[in-house]
Amino acid sequence: MDVVWFLVLSAFIFVIGAAGVLTRRNPLVVLLCLELMLNAGNLALIAFSRMHGDGDGQIFALIVMVIAACEVVIGLGIIVAMYRRRLPIDVDEMSELRG
Amino acid sequence: MSATSFGWLVLAFPLAGLLVIALAWRVLPGRSAGWIGSAAILGSFLSSIAALIDLQDHAENNRQLVDSAWTYASTADFNVDLAILVDPLSVFMCLVVSGVSFLIHVYSVAYMGGDRGYARFFAYLNYFVFSMLLLVLAANFVLLIVGWAFVGAASYLLISFWYRRGTATYAGIKAFVMNVIGDVGLVIAAFLLLRETGQLDYLGVFEAAQDEFSRNDGTLVAACLLILVGAFAKSAQLPLHTWLPDAMEGPTPVSALIHAATMVTAGVYLIARCFPLFELAPTAADVSAIIGTLTLLMAASIALVVTDLKRVIAYSTMSQIGYMVLGVSVGAYGAGLFHLMTHAFFKALLFMGAGSVIGAMAGIQDMDRMGGFKRAMPFTFVTFAIGALALAAFPLTAGFFSKDEVLAFTINRGGGFWVLAIVGYLAAAATAFYAFRMVFRVFYGEAVPEANELEGGHVAHGEPVNPMTGESEDTDVGFPGPEHHIAERSLPMKVAMAPLAVLALVAGVVAVPGVTDTLETFLDPTFESSRYHDTAPTEGSELIGLGIGGLISLTAIGAAFVVYLRRRGLTLELRDRFARVHGFLAHKWYFDELYDAVFVRPMATLGTFGRRVIETDFVQGFIVGGTTGIVRAGTSFARAIQTGFLRAYALLLLFGVAALVLYFLIAS
Repeated sequence: MDVVWFLVLSAFIFVIGAAGVLTRRNPLVVLLCLELMLNAGNLALIAFSRMHGDGDGQIFALIVMVIAACEVVIGLGIIVAMYRRRLPIDVDEMSELRG
Repeated sequence: MSATSFGWLVLAFPLAGLLVIALAWRVLPGRSAGWIGSAAILGSFLSSIAALIDLQDHAENNRQLVDSAWTYASTADFNVDLAILVDPLSVFMCLVVSGVSFLIHVYSVAYMGGDRGYARFFAYLNYFVFSMLLLVLAANFVLLIVGWAFVGAASYLLISFWYRRGTATYAGIKAFVMNVIGDVGLVIAAFLLLRETGQLDYLGVFEAAQDEFSRNDGTLVAACLLILVGAFAKSAQLPLHTWLPDAMEGPTPVSALIHAATMVTAGVYLIARCFPLFELAPTAADVSAIIGTLTLLMAASIALVVTDLKRVIAYSTMSQIGYMVLGVSVGAYGAGLFHLMTHAFFKALLFMGAGSVIGAMAGIQDMDRMGGFKRAMPFTFVTFAIGALALAAFPLTAGFFSKDEVLAFTINRGGGFWVLAIVGYLAAAATAFYAFRMVFRVFYGEAVPEANELEGGHVAHGEPVNPMTGESEDTDVGFPGPEHHIAERSLPMKVAMAPLAVLALVAGVVAVPGVTDTLETFLDPTFESSRYHDTAPTEGSELIGLGIGGLISLTAIGAAFVVYLRRRGLTLELRDRFARVHGFLAHKWYFDELYDAVFVRPMATLGTFGRRVIETDFVQGFIVGGTTGIVRAGTSFARAIQTGFLRAYALLLLFGVAALVLYFLIAS
């Protein structure tokens, strides 16, 4: 199968994830959408790996997964902390970084 | 031991006294600090006598001994040594300075007895005397300037000795600033002499100056005028005199020390020391003579109207220093220094008497409040009257011979100097008048309550107040102590005043025209190269001068007698008749006001301008405000991006990545 199909699918998933990150205000959903984006990247990496016939891309994909796991841990930790302190679970309310 | 070893000892004693008192003041019991200080100065005095005796053993042409302790600064072609010069002039000065200072120390032991700063006072006094002796003994201009600056610092410390009294600290600052002006003049003069002659030792400079400079050479005149700036600042001559009357803020013994022995005579000494330079630059010497004459006239006229007892004596000092400056400027070195010596005796005596009276008045210094102390204070009266007689140049007292010798020399120079001499005689009349104005107003007339109280056996104890402003004060450290001392009740004060009274009467014997010339002969080795060495006035003219001087003195004392005792209302009448003259004199010829308008006010305006405009508008507004403004404006864009909205950041990130991707796509 031509690598283009994989890339198109990957692009779709990436755009869906990006749209979710940009439009949703619930941090849980934002995290899920981030996972979508990462995994879209993974899909592209695997596809290229098969196209070239070597394992480099797969190793990259594995590392991305590890990073994604770390990121999810931190993200969920922040959400739990927010919940404990009874802060609104809404990314727009978290605007402490405003200059 | 040689004369120079004794010279070093003269310096070592007060330095040791200073260090002992300054380091051990906590453990010194009672009045021991005062006795240690006095003993140190006595040691100095005895060493001076030893140096004198040793010096007399030398051949006459070998009486200028230089001894160097070590090299202070060494460069390729010239060295500055820490060296002293022992010659008749410096030994004479050492004798006067240490002798009179010793008596003032003894007087202070009792007079300052109740003050909380007792040990500090004597440490300062010893430092003052040490500085003055260093100045006098220095063998080169560098050490002279060191001593010169030390004297200024010591006077600052002592004038503002009561440091919690506002007027005293202001007076100290004033004296110090005036003195620094003089220091600067002296330093520049030393630079000029170094540039022209290549050395700084007195003897070397004087010798080189003879070959280096023609008569009235421009550079030499400039150097001499700068030396005069230094001398006039120290000796309180026009126009740098305004600090002296304010220096009365210090304790009375300090006034005596500054006026009689240590400080104000430094200028006279310097002019006498640098006589070879001044004789090569007669223009500078003439300027000095004229300024001395103006000062003596001005100060004598102010002393006629001032009512503060100590300030009257202060102006009289200024006036008498004017005579000395006139003397040493016209070439009458022996006469000028003779007057310096007799003046030291009677002026110290007058201040001690004034201190005793002020003690009886519980700190009040205004003559308007005094009167009738004659019966209550017989000892003070007699000694003060002797001092006043000597100041008034009453025939046969010490001041009589010295002052008239100066004026006889001045006349002898002829030409325009006649005018100076006439002004001198005029001021002599004023001097005799104000001297007895003090005596008649303080000791005669109706007895004030304090005098009656004292006759009843009780020294008055007023509220502690500042005599200048009338503010009530504490008696804690930094203020005058609670106790008041009068000579009648305190042996050290009597012991100090009695010898001075004797000297004020008889010190004239060292130079009676036609009879003795001890002082002239003694000082001769220093001054024999003088151009005016052989132009002394004849005995006849000196005797005529003495006659005129005595007549003037007697007339003026008689006038004071009439004005202040016979016709009491006359002074008020005169004051009202000549209100403008009186106002002019009472405002001290408006010098303070003039300096205020010319120097202080413009500087203050400049300072206010700097604070308001330069500091606020330029520095704060433009430099500081400008940079922060630029940074703030520059960062406003960056701040606008930082919205704090997480999703906005994500969008930007996405656009950024998209842009990168597009770039690479297009580029490839």
